[in-house]
Amino acid sequence: MYAFEFHRATSVEEAAALLAKTQGKLLAGGQSLVGAMKLRLSSPSSVIDLGGIAELRGIRKEKNAIVIGATTRHAEVAASPEVRKAIPALATLAEGIGDRQVRNMGTLGGSLANNDPAADYPAGVLGLGATVRTNKRAIAADDFFRGMYETALGDDEIITAVSFPIPRRAAYLKFRNPASRFALVGVFVADTGTGVRVAVTGAAPCVFRVTDMEAAFTKSFTPDAIKSVRVDPGKLNSDIHASAEYRAHLIGVLAARAVAQAAK
Amino acid sequence: MNAPNEVATGSLIGAAVRRKEDARFLTGSGRYTDDISLPGQTYACFVRSPHAHARIVKIDKSAALKAPGVLGVFTGDDLAADKVGSLPCGWLITDVNGQPMKEPPHPPLAQDKVRYVGDHVAVVIAETYWQAKDAAERLDIEYEPLPAVVDAVEALRPGAPVVHEQAPDNLCFRWSLGDKAATDAAFAKAHHVTKLDIVNNRLIPNAIEPRAALAHYSRAEDAYTLYVANQNPHVERLLMTAFVLGVPEHKMRVIAPDVGGGFGSKIFLYPEETVITWASKKINRPIKWTAERAEAFLSDAHGRDHHTHAELALDKDGKFLGLRVKTIANLGAYLSTFGSSVPTYLYGTLLAGQYTTPAIYVEVDAVFTNTAPVDAYRGAGRPEATYVVERLVSTAAREMGIDQAEIRRRNFITKFPYQTPVALTYDTGDYNACLEGAMKLADVAGFPKRRAEAEKRGKLRGLGYSTYIEACGLAPSNIAGALGARAGLFEVGEIRVNPTGTVTVFTGSHSHGQGHETTFAQVVASRLGIPIENVDVVHGDTGRIPFGMGTYGSRSIAVGGAAIMKALDKIEAKGKKIAAHLLEAAESDIEFKDGVFRVAGTDKSIPFAQIALAAYVPHNYPLDKLEPGLNETAFYDPTNFTFPAGAHICEVEVDPETGEVDIVNFTAVDDFGNVINPMIVEGQVHGGIAQGIGQALLEHAIYDKESGQLVTGSYMDYALPRADDLPTFKVDTRATPCTHNPLGVKGCGEAGAIGAPPAVIEAIIDALAPLGVKDIPMPATPQAVWRAIQEAKGRAAA
Repeated sequence: MYAFEFHRATSVEEAAALLAKTQGKLLAGGQSLVGAMKLRLSSPSSVIDLGGIAELRGIRKEKNAIVIGATTRHAEVAASPEVRKAIPALATLAEGIGDRQVRNMGTLGGSLANNDPAADYPAGVLGLGATVRTNKRAIAADDFFRGMYETALGDDEIITAVSFPIPRRAAYLKFRNPASRFALVGVFVADTGTGVRVAVTGAAPCVFRVTDMEAAFTKSFTPDAIKSVRVDPGKLNSDIHASAEYRAHLIGVLAARAVAQAAK
Repeated sequence: MNAPNEVATGSLIGAAVRRKEDARFLTGSGRYTDDISLPGQTYACFVRSPHAHARIVKIDKSAALKAPGVLGVFTGDDLAADKVGSLPCGWLITDVNGQPMKEPPHPPLAQDKVRYVGDHVAVVIAETYWQAKDAAERLDIEYEPLPAVVDAVEALRPGAPVVHEQAPDNLCFRWSLGDKAATDAAFAKAHHVTKLDIVNNRLIPNAIEPRAALAHYSRAEDAYTLYVANQNPHVERLLMTAFVLGVPEHKMRVIAPDVGGGFGSKIFLYPEETVITWASKKINRPIKWTAERAEAFLSDAHGRDHHTHAELALDKDGKFLGLRVKTIANLGAYLSTFGSSVPTYLYGTLLAGQYTTPAIYVEVDAVFTNTAPVDAYRGAGRPEATYVVERLVSTAAREMGIDQAEIRRRNFITKFPYQTPVALTYDTGDYNACLEGAMKLADVAGFPKRRAEAEKRGKLRGLGYSTYIEACGLAPSNIAGALGARAGLFEVGEIRVNPTGTVTVFTGSHSHGQGHETTFAQVVASRLGIPIENVDVVHGDTGRIPFGMGTYGSRSIAVGGAAIMKALDKIEAKGKKIAAHLLEAAESDIEFKDGVFRVAGTDKSIPFAQIALAAYVPHNYPLDKLEPGLNETAFYDPTNFTFPAGAHICEVEVDPETGEVDIVNFTAVDDFGNVINPMIVEGQVHGGIAQGIGQALLEHAIYDKESGQLVTGSYMDYALPRADDLPTFKVDTRATPCTHNPLGVKGCGEAGAIGAPPAVIEAIIDALAPLGVKDIPMPATPQAVWRAIQEAKGRAAA
């Protein structure tokens, strides 16, 4: 780790001002940033800690949605009675992130802002058609994820909360990378009431939706509905753990199994 | 003076005594190298090659030297100017033409060229580690990158990049063992020949404690002290002083304190500790170096990495007639300390397995590549041999329609001693007893039912067998010497009986997880009839222990334990002399049992502690005939290897849609001879199996073929087994005591890693056989299994 300046913001406004002034990095749970800094892969001159901003943390129900503050820990989401009741698939997703230590520190907003191609939350946010709230605006999930580690966030924009509409039923299944245990492929399927959304993480540079599967599942919410749907491996990742073809195959297997689970 | 209470302890041999060392380990009181600090200590950071192969054009130290806190920056030229030598290889292999292997120099810091990513280019020493690391980034090194080759098969192709000028074809040696003509003749009359092409995947050891060293030079004594995470401190000292630094051996003390796992990787003399020892005199300050995990991946000696073509000839009844093996072994960029012995005498000699195969011929090409040096890793050669033999046997059984257990029974060696065609003489064993035991414990009889039940859930179940053998208890020095070993392979034990009758044991074996402080204490307490609390075991310090060859190859109890027994013989003999004097009896009438010296057939006796007291307070003592004191040392050189063997049965469930493998049962019934502490043995077996399953399912060190970069350089890409990858193991033992060492023991440290991989892979093949799958590479990752299924489907459709 290189030396850096540490700032602890007490409000979103202060954090945004510090961000604009220092061009630093926001620190939420630190589960990606701190590791990268220790390896000297990231060397921000300033780090602005959001941990002291109470308004960023918490879970509440708002009409037909669950709203989760940006610095809410994964473990809190996993254990939340509101989430478990309204969107059990989201609690399951949070419960499966990293390990116990990561879940006790890592945050929803940190995960989304980082947009790691193998992170779990992007699949949940995109799959549920959630809305990302920032200090400046509300961004639909479909507009938020722009590419590998790229989001729609502006330079001094800070995620404040995410609003997850409550689906009729949903499920998230993850096939883990045997080494890192990140998602080699993760599939979030949600029957929203107005249609089915299928979001895939881990398989490509950025989370994405599989519209052919969505159409098929909207017609029939059964595993067999996608039997003839083929995922094009052309845009998928290929690495030592999984070829694009294998990932494409796994998307189909996991999507079918997720529907079976959600339909239970 | 009060002697400690003499309690008749009964025999502690075979008792699951709780580990004496655990009190400190479990309370965080262990003392590892990095925990030790010396006044005035400085820190080293090594600058490593980012290239797999490059010429060093220029190194400009000026900016690094000016960085805050920097005390020294040294390169290969500085070492050469001080006549620091090459890191030696401990085993000379003679090739098929009677020529010595090629031994290109292995300078502790690179000279002119770097030969793998992570190769050592320079060291920066500063007041703090972070200052050293910052300064290291300022070192200006100009490289001229050269083409690299990381794959041993590619390295042998004409026109491949040359790693060392001394070996223009990258061949270090071609070695063979066995009777080629007899083997060819056996194949000529074969009814069936089974052929396999096998890759034994390259592994990275991953001890939980990274390598570390702390070197101190004392100007007052003109002597060095080196703390180092190491498995054999005397060997470390001998190699470093006599072969590399030219320092007198008695001017260096090497201490290997608590060491957090080794698995072989801490046997070797590495550049880092050598360089900081040398540099500690240069800057006249103690220097500490502790590897970062990324450095461990890059620069710990790796394991395995064999490409093998193997053929087994059988008659119509499935009796083995001959075995023919050709192996290409990757040595890495330099000859590591025992790198040459692993793919030769620790490999070829094990190819008989548990079987009566009358003719065996093996040829090994050992090859330099632009990768980290390859050396012993848990099992060292024997897992590779077992994998070849057991995969062939299981494949032959499948091809010929013979039951897996039956083909083994038909070929088991049953008469001992047995001379194999590959140089070893097995002293004893009962292979069928282990196989039968394992089949019962694994409930093989109930397998068809479990398979049918799994099928209903869309899962495929399979069973895999491995009946392995290993040669441990290295080694008769004269035999090893005749085969090229440049060291003796005895062990040393000293029994220091204190005046009050407590005992301090000094052993040349080193414990880095094995539990010697308990096991060896059990041996001594049992023999002397004293409480185990009265026995402490000291290891890992050349300043306290007479000598030692260290811990590797499952040798500690078989060789180190035997040395202790020999020293105890001397203690007992001297004790009898003292007792005879005190009891006014003839020495020949004295017997020693349960901690008491007694005149046979009488009630005249004297406890051990009083004999100890008499030896140190010799008022009533035969001083004219006997020296005072009770302190004996013994060197034990084994007369043969030991041959632990056993049967492993793995049961897997495969998800044919994803290729995921779930190990649902793993059974191991092993013959380690007599067992001193069954709990420790079970722990060793568990750990070994975990690493064996790691190799079979998860672990794979991969270098990029183009760039020569280590792709699996962190836990993000290198998959170590985790607890939830493993089932609850079913383990048991059978014992045929070793015939040639005083404890009848064979060693258990490597068995799991040796036996497990073929059992796992065979179980997967058995599960997928109905789909037409005939082979699967290690590691059998979900992708590899899925691919094998797709290929089999493709073949079936074609």
